[in-house]
Amino acid sequence: MHSLNEMRKQFQNAYDESKNRIKVVFGLGTCGIAAGGEKIWDAVSSYIDTHGLDIDMMSTGCIGMCYAEPLMEVHMPGEPRFIYGNLKPEVAIDILKKHLVEGNPSPEYIVAQDPRGYEAAANIEKLEEIPFYKAQVKNVLGRCGIIDPDQIVHYIVFDGYEALEKALSSMTPAEVIQEISQSGLRGRGGGGFPAGRKWEAAYKSPGNKKYVVCNADEGDPGAFMDRSVLEGDPHALLEGMAICGYAIGADEGYIYVRAEYPLAIKRLKKAIRDAESMGILGNNILGSGFSFKIQIAAGAGAFVCGEETALMHSIEGKRGMPRVRPPYPAQSGLWGKPTNINNVETYANVPVIIRQGADWFAGMGTENSKGSKVFALTGKINRTGLAEVPIGISLRDIVFNVGGGIQNGKHYKAVQIGGPSGGCIPESLLDTPVDYDSLIKLGAMMGSGGLVVMDEDTCMVDVARYFLHFTQEESCGKCAPCREGTMRMLQILNKICDGKGTPEDLDTLESLCRVVQSTSLCGLGQSAPNPVLATLRYFRPEYEAHIYDKKCPAGVCVELLDIKIDADKCKGCTICADVCPVGAISGERKKPHVIDSDKCIKCQACMVKCKFGAISKG
Amino acid sequence: MDRGTVKEMSEITVMINGIKTIIPEGTSILHTAQAAGIKIPTLCFHPDQEIKANCRICVVEVEGQKNLIPACATAVNEGMVINTATPRVLEARRMILELILAHHPQDCLHCVRSGSCELQQLAAEYDVRFNRFPLEDAHLPLDYSSPSIVRDSNKCILCGRCIEFCTSKQTVNALGLAHRGFDSQVVPSIGQELFESPCVMCGQCIHACPVGAISGREQTDEFMAAAADPDKIVVTQIAPAVRLAIAEAFGADRDQLQMGQLASALRMLGFNHVLNTNFAADLTIMEESQELLERISNGGVLPMFTSCCPAWVRFTEVFYPDQLDHLSTCKSPQQMFGALVKTYWAERMNISPDKIFSVSIMPCTAKKYEAVRPEMTDSDYSDVDMVLTTREIVRLLQMTGINPLKLEETEFDPWMGEYTGSAVLFGASGGVMEAALRTVYEKVTGRVLEKLDFSDVRGMAGLKEATVDMDGTIVKVAAAHTLGNARALMDEVAAGKSPYHFIEIMACPGGCIGGGGQPITRSNEQRAQRMEAIYVEDRSKILRKSHENHEIQMLYEEFLQETLGHRSHELLHTKYTLKRKNI
Repeated sequence: MHSLNEMRKQFQNAYDESKNRIKVVFGLGTCGIAAGGEKIWDAVSSYIDTHGLDIDMMSTGCIGMCYAEPLMEVHMPGEPRFIYGNLKPEVAIDILKKHLVEGNPSPEYIVAQDPRGYEAAANIEKLEEIPFYKAQVKNVLGRCGIIDPDQIVHYIVFDGYEALEKALSSMTPAEVIQEISQSGLRGRGGGGFPAGRKWEAAYKSPGNKKYVVCNADEGDPGAFMDRSVLEGDPHALLEGMAICGYAIGADEGYIYVRAEYPLAIKRLKKAIRDAESMGILGNNILGSGFSFKIQIAAGAGAFVCGEETALMHSIEGKRGMPRVRPPYPAQSGLWGKPTNINNVETYANVPVIIRQGADWFAGMGTENSKGSKVFALTGKINRTGLAEVPIGISLRDIVFNVGGGIQNGKHYKAVQIGGPSGGCIPESLLDTPVDYDSLIKLGAMMGSGGLVVMDEDTCMVDVARYFLHFTQEESCGKCAPCREGTMRMLQILNKICDGKGTPEDLDTLESLCRVVQSTSLCGLGQSAPNPVLATLRYFRPEYEAHIYDKKCPAGVCVELLDIKIDADKCKGCTICADVCPVGAISGERKKPHVIDSDKCIKCQACMVKCKFGAISKG
Repeated sequence: MDRGTVKEMSEITVMINGIKTIIPEGTSILHTAQAAGIKIPTLCFHPDQEIKANCRICVVEVEGQKNLIPACATAVNEGMVINTATPRVLEARRMILELILAHHPQDCLHCVRSGSCELQQLAAEYDVRFNRFPLEDAHLPLDYSSPSIVRDSNKCILCGRCIEFCTSKQTVNALGLAHRGFDSQVVPSIGQELFESPCVMCGQCIHACPVGAISGREQTDEFMAAAADPDKIVVTQIAPAVRLAIAEAFGADRDQLQMGQLASALRMLGFNHVLNTNFAADLTIMEESQELLERISNGGVLPMFTSCCPAWVRFTEVFYPDQLDHLSTCKSPQQMFGALVKTYWAERMNISPDKIFSVSIMPCTAKKYEAVRPEMTDSDYSDVDMVLTTREIVRLLQMTGINPLKLEETEFDPWMGEYTGSAVLFGASGGVMEAALRTVYEKVTGRVLEKLDFSDVRGMAGLKEATVDMDGTIVKVAAAHTLGNARALMDEVAAGKSPYHFIEIMACPGGCIGGGGQPITRSNEQRAQRMEAIYVEDRSKILRKSHENHEIQMLYEEFLQETLGHRSHELLHTKYTLKRKNI
């Protein structure tokens, strides 16, 4: 069998040499591009060209700091790497001139420095010390934001394909599975099923033809963990899948990735081509006799296709609907063949486990949940972004230390974890360790890692309605409880939000939750009631306020709002009357105005415009 | 074709509602409960189909399981503790029923399936007296495009049974699922309306449907109007598979109802003359067996397929337009009869053919379509003016309060009323083949056939075959029912690998006794019993070979002169055309 070591050394030398040159690096994942990263790239590129500067440019994946996008890193030989954030093209050019040409950094734009063995600059926070980074461990995201994802060479320099080589050259398939089992790795896509057990079932399943499938149909609202890996480190996924293929005896793999991730698909395709051309994928990998091919299947956007049996139907060209299990995919999966399905993050954990060993991995996390987990922090949180933290860290740590607490000094109300299948967690339970089993006890679930933070201005009935609207729309329609039940739950929640809810509605809603949860065919339906159940469990008084008092305590549900002008505060400036689109506000100049609540459509334009804080809702 | 292999099963012990039950390993909870005398409600479950587990009405509690478990889709295992009667189970079942009912029209009184509707039955059993949810009615238009089948999507409960039959058993794929979630709908797979799809109008989706979402096109009112018209002479022909299904509908044993009683009942309903499709079945054998012999001796296109089944004919026209030469040119018995009743019979009876209103009574929905095919006017009139299915005749008898079992027998009208045991066999899959072999054998060998039963082509197996040695002339035959089995045989033909001379195809499971126009038929077990009744009737006949039929002999003597003669070609044979332009 050939070894990659020689090649890795060559690449390493070339990579080290490149450190002697000035380099600017841009985070050009979908997130970076959306934040304006490409515009900065273009501006910098044309500046370098017109001024004939000898500066390298490189693009990389997401580093996780969404809150500071767009980012630009500056690498000067012998200096720490400086990460500039919150940039605009003209600011980037200015930094280029000052830092790269004149040698003077612009500290006001620097988010952090990464000394990397060089002398750190004074008065600038080090990357590993900033609160966003401090608690993080980078098992899966280690290379994201560091390497150029389109360069297989970079991947190889950063230990890439070492694990595959190790598995092929010195481990039997059973030993690989043993290692994964022993590591305690659990599926990162939602259910948290032990990966080793899944692999073992597929391994033991008889058959000459088997498949490895990657679920990259990341569909939870507010989740983008997998996308970051696909865009920032695609080879890690390919390597994980190839190791799985070797372990279970499969020679073919499919990555089912949603078509809404075009950049991920593009980078994956290039990664597959590059790996094949180097003999790392395809026939007779590295001369080991093991062959493994990977294909991409683009999903058309149905959430239910994240369910493994629906996903396989979709790959087969059928309507993406789940089927009853058993048989499980390990027995009868894609085209009826034994199949292992895991999600992106699960496979991306595999190479590092093989490389560093099960014990090292199992050293992280809690008793039954090992390793680290990537979370997408969104909502009313100061530092939105992608954070990989050791499992078992408290939610409080994630929200207040990593995430920097609630925006605009507002109060924390809840965090929705696990997306539409998960639940919300109130302040009183913030010290709960984040692991698979603790979250399920609280009525939430780890899910794929979406973490939506909500502040005091959030109505929890409205939140439940939002998620039900999502699941109702995404229900495939196959089984009766989910097809009919989610619609009826949504109708009741709409009724409650509109102030028309009755106490009986609450009983019906709870009964629906029980039935839909316990009788639906697949995970989508079984978990659809979770947002309702969790909000009812922790925020029941809010439901009751809507039903009995016809009030929305958070002031969100429009039908229940009463917009009022405080006569003592109103100066009679008439601005409110001017902006009211329906002429509901009247009053003489310099005298307090009044709102005709029959006419008022609760658009709140007046509230926004009032300079004296005289208009309030409640 | 036949699925699954029989494994060695060991017996295991489970507890169901506190009762210890010993059952073979691998049995579903549903069947275990049945064996223990406990009924578990079902909607999407069908005894002859794959498990779908989408209605979830059959959920039960299994100890150690967090969720409720679908009984149809779950096999029992040793020591399993099952409870079917807990408050949790009842809450779930009633809630699911309420959910389905709130998305289903409430006009049970006016529904074609009132009384035979599985949903209505469950609603009564589960005492659903009110509904907590507002009624949703999409007011979707009904699909009347097909001459055979009516679809009312408003009533559909999305169990998927029709789709599965059409797709897995028939390989026709006329139906599919569109949209998703609450808006999901069963729709024609191609086109807006069913008639634009590849539908062959076999009507098996009607039997598969647990509710009234798919039903047969009904013409009972039109019939009553025709019967009341003094200017019309209403003549009927009745097909062999109808009698026993009418007996079933009146709650009697299948062989209790006599053809003569049926003749009396039909006369009461207003038919002026009661004739018999069986007569035309015997005629078909005369023509078809001669055609087969000529193809064999003249090097014609082989294998030859039967063409009695209009769903099969359309299937070939739609899916195998290049293989149409393999179909026998013989019209079906219904259409042979239709062409003769307005020529030969009209002449004999001295009735002007334009006064004849020819009604056939068929176990079949596709016959309605066959009767309106443009080719079927060789008598210079519409050969068959109306087709009533068994269901419609039962309805007419119920409406008029006529119970045929209580009536005295009367004779069928002469000239086209006599029939042999061979004709009766047409009702069961393999029957046309058996009837043909009886006649072919005697034609080829010139000797009397002693052993009349060709049991190789009998029964419910999907594909049956036989090799018959007729004094050195070896004839290899096959009989298949359901179109998935037919497709397998046709694929062999298309690949030039078919070993057969003669193949009989019936689109419906079990043949015409399981036809789309029969009273709602719930299982193949029921079809197998009807098949048995057909064999009983054949055995009861004195004449059991088509060529022994006196009226047939007279028809040839006085009218047709010879088999495959000029008049036969004009009236009894046809040709087929590509039906793919929309598909």
